[in-house]
This record gives sequence, C-alpha cells and structure tokens, in this order.
Amino acid sequence: MPPSPRVGLFATCLMNLFRPNIGFATVKLLEEAGCMVEVPLAQTCCGQPGYNNGDFDAARALARQLIAVFEGFDYVVGPSGSCMATLRVDYPKLFENDADWLPRAEALAAKSWELLSFLTDVRGMSAVQADYAGTVTYHDSCSGLRSLGIQQQPRLLLASVGGLELTEMRDAEVCCGFGGTFCVKYPEISSRMADEKCANIDAAGVDTLLGGDLGCLLHMAGRLKRQGSTVKVFHTAEVLAGMATGEGIGGVPE
Amino acid sequence: MKVSSPQFKEKSVIALADPRLRQALGQSRKGFVNKRAELVGELPEFEQLRDEARDLKNHVLDNLDHYLERYEAAVTAAGGHVHWARDAEEARSIILNICQRVNAKTITKGKSMVSEEIGLNEALEAKGYTVVETDLGEYIIQLAHEPPSHIIAPAIHKTKEQVSELFETAHGGPRKSTVADLVTEARLVLRDKYFQADVGITGGNFLVAETGSSIIVTNEGNGDLTQTLAKVHIVTSGIERIVPTLEDVALFLRILARSATGQETETYTTLSTGPRRPDDVDGPEEYHVVLVDNGRSKMLGGKFQDMLRCIRCGACMNHCPVYGAIGGHAYGWVYPGPMGAVLTPLFVGLDATYDLPNACTLNGRCESVCPVRIPLPELLRELRHMQYQQGIRPPGEQRALGAWRFVAERPRLYQFANRLAARVLKGLGGRTGRIGSLPFASAWTDSRDMPAPEGKTFLELWQAKPR
Ligand code: SF4
Repeated sequence: MPPSPRVGLFATCLMNLFRPNIGFATVKLLEEAGCMVEVPLAQTCCGQPGYNNGDFDAARALARQLIAVFEGFDYVVGPSGSCMATLRVDYPKLFENDADWLPRAEALAAKSWELLSFLTDVRGMSAVQADYAGTVTYHDSCSGLRSLGIQQQPRLLLASVGGLELTEMRDAEVCCGFGGTFCVKYPEISSRMADEKCANIDAAGVDTLLGGDLGCLLHMAGRLKRQGSTVKVFHTAEVLAGMATGEGIGGVPE
Repeated sequence: MKVSSPQFKEKSVIALADPRLRQALGQSRKGFVNKRAELVGELPEFEQLRDEARDLKNHVLDNLDHYLERYEAAVTAAGGHVHWARDAEEARSIILNICQRVNAKTITKGKSMVSEEIGLNEALEAKGYTVVETDLGEYIIQLAHEPPSHIIAPAIHKTKEQVSELFETAHGGPRKSTVADLVTEARLVLRDKYFQADVGITGGNFLVAETGSSIIVTNEGNGDLTQTLAKVHIVTSGIERIVPTLEDVALFLRILARSATGQETETYTTLSTGPRRPDDVDGPEEYHVVLVDNGRSKMLGGKFQDMLRCIRCGACMNHCPVYGAIGGHAYGWVYPGPMGAVLTPLFVGLDATYDLPNACTLNGRCESVCPVRIPLPELLRELRHMQYQQGIRPPGEQRALGAWRFVAERPRLYQFANRLAARVLKGLGGRTGRIGSLPFASAWTDSRDMPAPEGKTFLELWQAKPR
C-alpha cells in the first residue's frame, strides 16, 4: 500500500446536492488518515436508481462512465454505504457477461470503499480528534450493514469522540423506509416505516440521530421534523470530523 | 385462489389505517423475531447449517428428476400412490376423483399452502363436501372466510378479541376471553370432526426420496389426527419439497423450527410412509401424494431456481418491515411477504403483480435470516428488470427514469441541473431549512418535510475552494 494513497472522492448525488458539508467532512477525515484526496469533476451518479428500478442498461451506461473516471485512483471512497455497495457489490454483477468490462468493474469494485470502513479497515484508524457534546443514537443503514458489513466501524470511531454518549436504539438495524425511489412510489408504507423508526429514536431519549447514508437521513429527518421532533440529524462523518455544527439536516440553516 | 394483487396499493393503504391489524401484527411478529434471535444465538453452527441446507437443496434441484423418481418408487413400494399434477386444475381434479371414489362426505385438512395455491377448499365445497380446517389459524380464517395472511400463522392478522367474536358466532357462545379458553373451545369442536372424516388432507414439509415418507411439522398435533384417523390420507405438496434421506431431514428440522417460530423443534414432527400396514393399530387405508408442479419446473435451471429452495418457514415475512406495516392480505394471493413477492409474479404472471417486487426497499433483512440463503432482494430486482423489459411500469415512471439517465450521462448538464436545484430548493426552504410542501414532490412532502439543501453543490464549492 502506498504510504499516501491517491483517493478519488465519490461525491454521491444526494450529498452533492443537499449537504456538501458531508463531502468536506469526508475529505478532512481522509486527509487525517494520510490520503491525498482528489475530486474528479466528470463524475455523476453511480447508476443505482436504474439498477434498482430494473433498467440495467442505464445502470451499465453510468457504471462505465464512473469506472472510466475513477479507475486511475488507488481507491474510490464515498460517504454512503448504499452508493459504495453499488460500486463494490453490484458493478461486477452488472458486467458478468461482458468480457471487456468485467475486469474493469472488478478492479474498481476491489478498491471502492465506504468512508468509515475505509478509515478503519484499510487505514487502520481507531480514533478521531473531535468533540460533540450530545447524546446520540446510530441508525444502521441497510446497504452498508448487509452488503458491506458496516456495523462496528462507525461505533468504534464514535466512541473516541469527546463528550459524545451513544445510546443504542431498539431495532437500529431495521430499515427506515427510505429505499430510494420506494419512498415516493409507496409513500404511505414508507412513512409508517419511518414512524416505527422515529418511535425508537424517541424512546432512546437522545438529542441527535446519526447514520452513514444521506438518503435515510433526509428521510428520517423529514419525518422527525414533520412530527415536531427536536432531535438533530447528522451524518456520522460530520461528527467524526468535528463539523457537526448548527441544527443539522433539515434544521434551521446557520 | 383469486388474485387481487393489482389492488396492492389500495389494500395496503387500507391495511395501514387498521389499528387492530397493527396491534395483531406487532405483537406476534416481535415474538417470532426475538425468539429466533435468541435461539440462533445459542447455536454457534447455525450459519454453517444454513450453508449446508442451501447446498443440499441446490443438489436436489439440480437432480430433481432423479430424486422424484426415487421418491415415487419408494412411495409405491410402501403401498401408496403418487399422482402428478401439472397445474392447479389437474391437482384439484385428482383430489376430487379420490374423494368421489371413496364416497367421502367430511374432509379434514391440516395446514397446506399448496392446497391454498390450488384453490382446493372452494373446489371441494362446490362439490358439496364438508371441509374442516383443523389448524387453529386456518380454522379461524375459514370461519372468517378470509385467505391466510402468513404462511405459518395464517390468522396472524386477527386480534384475540376478533377471534372470540368469530367463535361466539360460529359456536354459539358463551364468549371466551382468554387464549387458553379459545383453544379449548376450538379443540372440542374439532375433536369430533377427526372421527367423522373420510378423507384427511395435509401438506408435506419434506418428502423423503429414500423412504417415500412425507413429513409434517406442527405445534398443535392436528395434522397427526387428520392423517391417521381418516380412511384416506392425501398429501399435497410441491415437487420441490424433496430431500434425499431421513438423515438430511434432521438438518432441515434444526433450521426450520428456529427460523419459523423460534423453537428448537416444533412440538410434533410426524412421518407418514404408505397406508396402514396389517400390524399397525391405526392409520389410513389409502395413502396418496399429489405432487404439484404449477409453474415450478419452469423455474428450474433459470435465474429463479434459488427460490425453489424455500422451506416455507416465514422468517422473511417476520423480518420484513413492509410486511410488518401492511400485513399479508395486500399482496393479493396465497404467499405474502418477500417470498410471496417473488413467487406470486412467477406463478400468476408479471402483469397483475407490478407492485409486489417494487414495494420493497431492498433492505436485505429477509435474505439475512433466510435459512436456505435465498437472495430475495436480488430476485426481486430481477423481476423489476423483467417488468422493465416488458414495459410493465407506470408511464410516468418510465419517463422519469429516461430523463434521469439522459442528464446523468452528461456530466456538465448534470452539474448544471444540480446547481440549479440546490438554489431553488434552498430558496423554497427559506429560513426554516425545510420544505413542507412541494407540488411536484408531493409523494415525499405529503408525509415528510424535505430538508433544504445548503444552496451550492459540493462540486461547485470544491472547485471554488482555494488549494
Ligand atoms: S424465502 Fe427463506 S425465509 Fe422466506 S419462507 Fe422461504 S425459506 Fe423461509
């Protein structure tokens, strides 16, 4: 492993549009882990919406584009378990019958990492220099948890944050009902699932909700705010980078 | 059984608004989930057993013709009869013929999802037979004239109070209020029926190729009475339920009970091998097995073969948050939850079942508990792909996907569109930082606020950043 690997940051669609602060937090953490971070500007979406909606051709078209943009880096890292699972797990499946692209998809998959698992599992990070005065609970987003095995990594790093107290909520690993386009195709079911989640967050008695996927966070924040909850919502990376200031996702802007 | 899957959306919205359903589902599912987790935690080799079960099922499916022939030979050698049914209609007529030949009047039934699949009760009742479901859950929904809403707990959608109401009407009071009293009442009513029965119909959890035995696992013992007290025992089963040897059954029993109800073993595991032998004290005079294909052989050798490993434990629906929200009836046919969302489109057609593979967040919790490791989310995605290819999709959705692809394939346009959206949405959020109502995104904002963006995109901020 090169001592200072070149990391291409994958600026996931929702982060790019809704919450650049997570992107800058990601850069900061990667640099603290000794990486050289670059952000290629020709990147767009990983193609997951096409893949999950059955339009495999569209997914392949975007995957080819993204592979070409990122294959020169030592690693591709993004602050989302869901998007990174697409690169790491789904790309090889998409090209399983394509002799030209399969090796390229597999090569990219092998060096694609979700941020927190990259920091801990690849870079060996076990603590951060950050403070957060609050009681938090952590929601395990589904793709990160089940496709990439991300569960202990965020908890390990959060344990090193000064002033932070983590309380596990009940059913932390149950889906919040976001599910990409699911949340607008089946809004009633999606909202009921969010309600179950909100009730568990509420019961945990914390002031902050954390998670590793902005889609889920937007969804839970949206439902919490609609219910009048005062729980703040941040991406885990924002807290770990010491950049969780203000009212959080869906809160009054600074 | 009639397919109401096209009404999935309407039915799910109605289900969401039903407080009794919410109460009924919440309690029992939590029980299943917690008990399973506890027992699996106590068995360190559980994950390895799942691998073994998956591999063994794959082996059987790869050699299904061989095992089916062996099974048939073994059943015949034991004095039983195997009938092959290509579809539901053939299966019904085979069973009707047997009932007619033996001049049956009363028919008792143990729980069998295949009999639901082939619409057996309606067919028997139409011919004037008295059909009595003996599984408590099945008995309850028979009284309520409803289809099952769960594959192992058919009446899971009913509260205790609803059951007492049903029993009061059916049995003529006085009304019972405790579970124990309700069970006793059902037991007394059913006890007589077993002795009156001419034909007993059960399902088959496992069919053993080596011995020709059919095996049922129950917690009530009703299946045993159904199959030993009637003059004729008919087993209805899918062709995929074969296991090679009795030894192999032990493996499946270990994972089935734990996955299904969170028990180390179900209360009764009963083997039937042929009819009563001369020195047997009881047992049926005739023993028949109706092996139902009904679309299964078409799944062999293709992308959906994995689904044929299913041992009908119900763990996937117990752990599915969508099922947990809406219950089983909205799925609109026999099999609900994740396994039903895969099977129903394959059995009844993609057209009528658009919502089933789509009403899923692909969260993967089902796959993580499936004892035979069926990749349910992947199969659901594959069904979406088939729908997409066949143009089965609301037109608005198809257009939106097309537009998304057009923009995402053009990085400059994509960045521009995002910059624009970031500004517009930020403006709409104003000082609150969230958007309460957005006409073109009402599907989101009807029930959730939309957090407003920061105002500039990450990529534009990154470019502007001095380095
Ligand atoms: S799909 Fe798996 S979890 Fe679901 S019923 Fe079948 S065996 Fe059980």
